[in-house]
Amino acid sequence: MDFISSHLLTLILFFPVLAGTIIVLLPRDDVKLIRWTALIASLIPFVLSVWLWIQFRLGEPGFQFEEQYTWYAALNSTFHVGVDGLSLTMVLLTTLLTPLAILASFSITDKVKAYMFLFLMLETGMLGVFMSLDLLIFFVFWEIGLVPMYFLINQWGSANRNYASLKFMIYTMGGSLGLLLATQLLGVLFQTYDLPVLYQKWNALEGTLMGLPVATIKTVAFWAFVVAFAIKVPVWPFHTWLPDAHTEAPTAGSMILAGVLLKLGAYGFLRLVLPLYPAESERFAGALAFLAVAAIVFGAFASYGQTDFKRLVAYSSVNHMGFVLLGIAAAAKAAGTMNAHIAMSGAVLQMFNHGLSAAGMFFLVGVIYERTHTRNLNDFGGLFPLVPVYGSILIFTSMASLGLPGLNGFVSEFLVVRGAWPVLTVYTAIAMLGLLFTGAYILKGIKNVLHGPLNEHWAHGEHKLTEINTREIIVMAPLMVLILVIGIWPMWILDVINKAVTMLF
Amino acid sequence: MQFPVLSVIVFTPMVAALILLLMKPERKTEIRVTALAAATFALILSLWVYFTYDKSLAGYQFQEQYNWMPSLGIGLHWGVDGISTPLILLTGVVMFTGVLISWGIDDRPREFFAFLFILASGVLGVFAALDLFQLFFFYEIAVFPMYLLIAIWGWIKTREYAAMKLTLYLFIGSVISLVGALAMFWAVRDFTGTLTFDMLKMQDAIQAGAFDRMVTFFGKEIPFQVFWFPFVFLGFAVLGGIFPFHNWSPDGHVAAPTAVSMFHAGVLMKLGAFAALRVGIMLLPEGAVHWKSWIMIMALINVVYGAFIAFVQTDFKYVIGFSSVSHMGLVMLGFSTLTEKGLIGSGVQMFSHGVMTALFFAVVGMVYDRAHTREIPKLGGMAKVLTWPAIGFIIGGLVSMGMPGLSGFVAEFPIFMGVWERLPIVAIVAVISIVVTAGYIMLVIRRVFFGEMPSEFEGHIGPINVLDKVAIGVLCAIMILLGLFPSLMVPMVQTGVQSILRLLGGA
Repeated sequence: MDFISSHLLTLILFFPVLAGTIIVLLPRDDVKLIRWTALIASLIPFVLSVWLWIQFRLGEPGFQFEEQYTWYAALNSTFHVGVDGLSLTMVLLTTLLTPLAILASFSITDKVKAYMFLFLMLETGMLGVFMSLDLLIFFVFWEIGLVPMYFLINQWGSANRNYASLKFMIYTMGGSLGLLLATQLLGVLFQTYDLPVLYQKWNALEGTLMGLPVATIKTVAFWAFVVAFAIKVPVWPFHTWLPDAHTEAPTAGSMILAGVLLKLGAYGFLRLVLPLYPAESERFAGALAFLAVAAIVFGAFASYGQTDFKRLVAYSSVNHMGFVLLGIAAAAKAAGTMNAHIAMSGAVLQMFNHGLSAAGMFFLVGVIYERTHTRNLNDFGGLFPLVPVYGSILIFTSMASLGLPGLNGFVSEFLVVRGAWPVLTVYTAIAMLGLLFTGAYILKGIKNVLHGPLNEHWAHGEHKLTEINTREIIVMAPLMVLILVIGIWPMWILDVINKAVTMLF
Repeated sequence: MQFPVLSVIVFTPMVAALILLLMKPERKTEIRVTALAAATFALILSLWVYFTYDKSLAGYQFQEQYNWMPSLGIGLHWGVDGISTPLILLTGVVMFTGVLISWGIDDRPREFFAFLFILASGVLGVFAALDLFQLFFFYEIAVFPMYLLIAIWGWIKTREYAAMKLTLYLFIGSVISLVGALAMFWAVRDFTGTLTFDMLKMQDAIQAGAFDRMVTFFGKEIPFQVFWFPFVFLGFAVLGGIFPFHNWSPDGHVAAPTAVSMFHAGVLMKLGAFAALRVGIMLLPEGAVHWKSWIMIMALINVVYGAFIAFVQTDFKYVIGFSSVSHMGLVMLGFSTLTEKGLIGSGVQMFSHGVMTALFFAVVGMVYDRAHTREIPKLGGMAKVLTWPAIGFIIGGLVSMGMPGLSGFVAEFPIFMGVWERLPIVAIVAVISIVVTAGYIMLVIRRVFFGEMPSEFEGHIGPINVLDKVAIGVLCAIMILLGLFPSLMVPMVQTGVQSILRLLGGA
């Protein structure tokens, strides 16, 4: 027991990859055994992170559950992990979504062993980013997560998977080159990669460096960081990899991609960009806000223009993550004020909420795709009477995505807008107009699938659409419960986020 | 007396080669088993050296000294430091895995293994040599069997051309170095009055000022070290594949039979880099300081240009051949920084690239043996049957693109840090190679191992045997372990680097 509580983070972090290794050793043909081992193995980190949540001491500044081990001594990089309110929320989101995604993947029949191994490895990669307190370790996990995702898309994706997976890989790797270089620069300057130390030393740095004023170097490094994270979020105009990757990925891959992977980018802003570059963030907050608003508006328009259901949901991610960035920009602009705290809390909550609703939406798209083998919105129509349960769930999740009051999306978007309004009034106003189109594309999606004249093709014979099954409902249930709970009583999570935000920014 | 482990390691393959040549050529199984036994023995010894090397003492260990030609100051002086110990281990590993995957060679296996072992003996001899003459001696021993191995067992289309090209390139390179080495020898004699090729004694003399003299060149006075460094360094760096002298290497790689390609890219190219470090930088430190920016530019071209050239190849083996050029460029890049980080990175990169590229060539060989073509567009779907090679190639590919958590990252990251300390712009240009590498590796993986298998291969592609699996498993395990636990190797390399930095006098 003592061992568990003193190594809680490393246990959560490495359990999935350990379980993945065990799965590799299981017999290839026993698909059922592999699936259940993966599911149970992914539930253990979830249980542990719930325990982490309970044990977490609210309102205490700094990082908790810290662990530090030697790793790369020659570079003074240590394996340093720890969580605060922000990372705790993201860890919970990751460990919650992974078992759901694995349960959603029970319909995978091809190369199940490799699939489950990659999935569990992906979980470790994502958790590592959220937990690391060492810049080099952060980078290590940041890149590691790419590999399983690449192969998940490339091996289990749909028709255009080769193009999409390579684009995803090259885009993200290319984006992180700047991050890599900036990381090296920091390491060379301070001979350490420990984040708490870097926060202080880098901010205290003044004068000239390599013949250039420090301010210039910082500006360049700031943009290097921003581009790396903006590609992952993704922020307009770096978002073009996302619709392809999402559309081609297998259902569970899209769930994790939208649910957690995009959050890595936003988390990078919170953990690295704002603390390391407070001055630059303030100076360029307007530019960030502009990009955020562009993402919100263009994301909504693009989404409305799609005829592919999955692409529609994919673009909605661009739209929703725009609000996260808007909150971040507002917080950067007005650092230290009440507005900043509100906007930032909203942004973090929006990350969590989008994780729930986007994962749900992608899963629901997957459910209908598995039955009809089409994602073309024009091929559906009037399906509600055929599949009332599925229809209700879809409407419920869509409403959360739309930001209906009483559901989770409303709470976070309201907070972002409330915090950003006094700081970035014009941008916020335009973003509000964009919100109108959020409503439009979501209603378009619902209308084309569920309402209108029934497409007779799905009503009879071998094409007859079957209702959502129990396993699929079990995947959706936790998401729906959380969507509703956060919508009605957000305090349990907002408290954790808000206290962390207040201490940090 | 201490067990003379280095002599035993160096001469084990040599003795094994003689034993093999005495066996009856038709008893192929016995020949293979003997070869495997010798390789295993050498691997165990190299592991023993690696794990008993005392990092807290640092310096040259397991030293042995014998007279050879005392009248000329030539001796046999063995010893390894933190740089060469990992390379001894690398040679042991590549030799062991090379024998495993060559099990199927049916054409004169006796001579094949004998030549391979003579090559291994030469390589080990260079890594462990502390006498300049001895180093050259083993260097030539390593290069010569290469010619026969490629010309006799190589790819029929280009083997004669490639073997000749490789041999000429390397001999010319080593002759140029030898001229420089002799100049150093006479300079030391003029200064101390004694004849010696012993590198430790030469270093002492150099520290005392043996090379503080001028060379008159076309009426111009040039400092001794500045004048001779390019000869010595580049002469060896040819074997390390430095631009613009890399041209022999892809041709040589492609023409060579699988195990020889493994040796060639995995170990032989390290030989060039290692000798350039040991003789060029360590004996002519001031020359190195003078020329470092030039070396850096050449290495940068290696890194970036090599990656782009690899990208456009359609022959599977040429892709890997040019990727080696790109990766050896990183080693040179690390050397050229002359900083602690850069040199540590180079030391680890030599090992990591050796393991990685040995794996690459092993996998290419397995695919070629079955498909009888290496044209990437004609291949596809190999992962269905060749699961282990596919996984091995993927892991190797991730190493080559510097994916964190694997050995390539552990090596490349400090190299880049070292470059940052010198010339940030070079680091910024060099990272381009990472994306290009990711691009070609991912494309090759997809085109060769995934997708549809062409119909003419259906049913003709047989699975690999257990020996191949052992080879792949060993190589992959090394890359993963080193990537997750850099402390397995980095502190050792660091001790070697610190002594180099002392020679450089903090320059």
